[in-house]
Amino acid sequence: MQPTKAELGWMYRTMVISRRFENAIEKIYMEGKSPVFNMADGPIPGEMHLSDGQEPVAVGVCAHLKPEDIVTATHRPHHQAIAKGVDLKKMAAEIFGKASGLSGGRGGHMHLFDADVNFACSGIIAQGMGPAAGGALSRKLQGKPGVAVSFIGEGAANQGAFHETMNLAALWKLPMICVIEDNAWGISVAKSAATSVQKNHVRAASYGIPGHYISDNDPWKIYEVAGEAIERARAGEGPTLIEIETYRLAGHFMGDAEGYRPEGEKDDLFARDPIPAMRQRLLDEATFNAADLDQMESEAQSGVDEAIQFARESADPAPEDALTAVFA
Amino acid sequence: MENERKLTIARAMAEAMAQEMRLDPTVFVMGEDIAELGGVFGNTRGLLDEFGKERVRDTPISETGFIGAAVGAAQDGMRPVVELMFVDFFGVCFDAIYNLMAKNTYFSGGNFKVPMVLMTSTGGGYSDAGQHSQCLYGSFAHLPGMKVVSPSNAYDAKGLMTAALRDDNPVIYMFHKGLQGMGWLGTEAGANVHVPEESYEIEIGKAAIARQGSDVTIVSIAMGVHNALKAASVLEADGISAEVVDLRSLVPLDRETVRASVGKTGRLIVVDEDYHSYGVSGEIIATVCETGVSGLKAPPRRIAYPDVPIPFARVMEQHCLPNPDKIVAAAREMCRVAVPA
Repeated sequence: MQPTKAELGWMYRTMVISRRFENAIEKIYMEGKSPVFNMADGPIPGEMHLSDGQEPVAVGVCAHLKPEDIVTATHRPHHQAIAKGVDLKKMAAEIFGKASGLSGGRGGHMHLFDADVNFACSGIIAQGMGPAAGGALSRKLQGKPGVAVSFIGEGAANQGAFHETMNLAALWKLPMICVIEDNAWGISVAKSAATSVQKNHVRAASYGIPGHYISDNDPWKIYEVAGEAIERARAGEGPTLIEIETYRLAGHFMGDAEGYRPEGEKDDLFARDPIPAMRQRLLDEATFNAADLDQMESEAQSGVDEAIQFARESADPAPEDALTAVFA
Repeated sequence: MENERKLTIARAMAEAMAQEMRLDPTVFVMGEDIAELGGVFGNTRGLLDEFGKERVRDTPISETGFIGAAVGAAQDGMRPVVELMFVDFFGVCFDAIYNLMAKNTYFSGGNFKVPMVLMTSTGGGYSDAGQHSQCLYGSFAHLPGMKVVSPSNAYDAKGLMTAALRDDNPVIYMFHKGLQGMGWLGTEAGANVHVPEESYEIEIGKAAIARQGSDVTIVSIAMGVHNALKAASVLEADGISAEVVDLRSLVPLDRETVRASVGKTGRLIVVDEDYHSYGVSGEIIATVCETGVSGLKAPPRRIAYPDVPIPFARVMEQHCLPNPDKIVAAAREMCRVAVPA
């Protein structure tokens, strides 16, 4: 299974949107936070987990998804949300805590919910797993189309929720795919110091389901493997576990000095930045010419600029609205 | 009246679920031992036979997994009922309950609804010790985003279950093991009452006056209501008229009914099988005191579980549990001593 030209164009453009979005957020996040870094200050307060470098995972998987399909995302959700088709303006506004945001400012960057495209988040490690299985179960019980994808990090594969849910999904043959973004770090703890196996896809054997590992953050390979897993789920053949080697180009969160990284690791990762790499391959294989790609980049930037402007110009929520929407 | 159909709480719960499952194909039930066995506490008996394995699902012992799954199914248009066999087990799965189930409506600005029922057994008195005997009412009621109910009798059990199944919000449905009508857990006869065949709702958030009185108000829930009623009978012989308020719901809490009753009697005793401190009993007393204490004829009292893990030995557990004698003693003291001006 190989991506079509149109799909490759969508994948590249979406990766660029995601990166440009993160670049914009990164810059604005620091407003009001210097010379003293206080997380509570500035137009975007709170924790900020940027997804720079992890875009191939999101686009390689979501290229196969339709709005009706379900995605549960992590505390680092921007690339996943953008690839799933979450409204960029409302998402930006939510990250700014504005009234026009996805949930009117109640959730913020770690709790992005868009019912129109069946996208939900949890800021708690591995806790999107259960809801993804439940969404998949719901489709099975209702006889409605749709698969559920739970994105988690490699650190989440050591959580009880991961194991409980994989067993449940396999037992009930649910149309679910668990995609592990292996960025090698759980905040400051290396995968090798936290995980008893080198690669988590081998754990699929304990649930009796297929497991795949994809190295080098390769969008083409991710597209292929995810596509087969999703097709399998749609055909009623049950869940698949996929681990993908990806790169966390940013810190765990903004403000992270990353002193735990070995010397030179960041330089090495930046040299393998997946966006220039994909651009180069698209040019090398003559899928697109430079003018095509430049135009995609400039359109991506305009979309991001518009979303950021919308967020900036939107009104704050009424403080007392904090007291609403606890119950349906 | 003799020919009226009496049910246990267990059967009333199962009947409410069955009736709702006939009407609404999105309702399904899952949990440990709820299908073949019909529930360790009998409250899903008969459902498997009528509705089959797809809608009545035994789960692995994976509370985080299947309660999380219920959240996802609820967000996708289903109305799951999940059972957490003993409320004490919430320790292995509370994230799915209070970080997902209770918060996703809010964090989505109301764009996602989580209509699900989490039913769970509470209560001790049968020497099962502190990992299988707690009530933990206050722990759930304290955290925003979930409704919390607990019936004291089969009539309320059916009506509250039906209301919970029709609610667009997550509802924690806590059933006391001692009221369940399971012989092996001891049975409070007063819980088995007439239950109409037809479907009906008891409004969540509405307390009931279980007994009218004028000298002292005894507020409680579930098993505590029966202790209060027994105490009220004893007090009647003393010439003390006790009113018993059955809260039925903790969230929303019917503060008005509590205040109106205490406004009438001037005295308040809260009976709570949950722990003494930071719990339901303190909340009820605060509810009354916040609106002014001028009408109170005595300081409010609470008869709650002491702040210790629940012990195994019969004499130790019984020493700690609320009972009618403790309520009677408190009421007698309160009705003798007026609040100094």
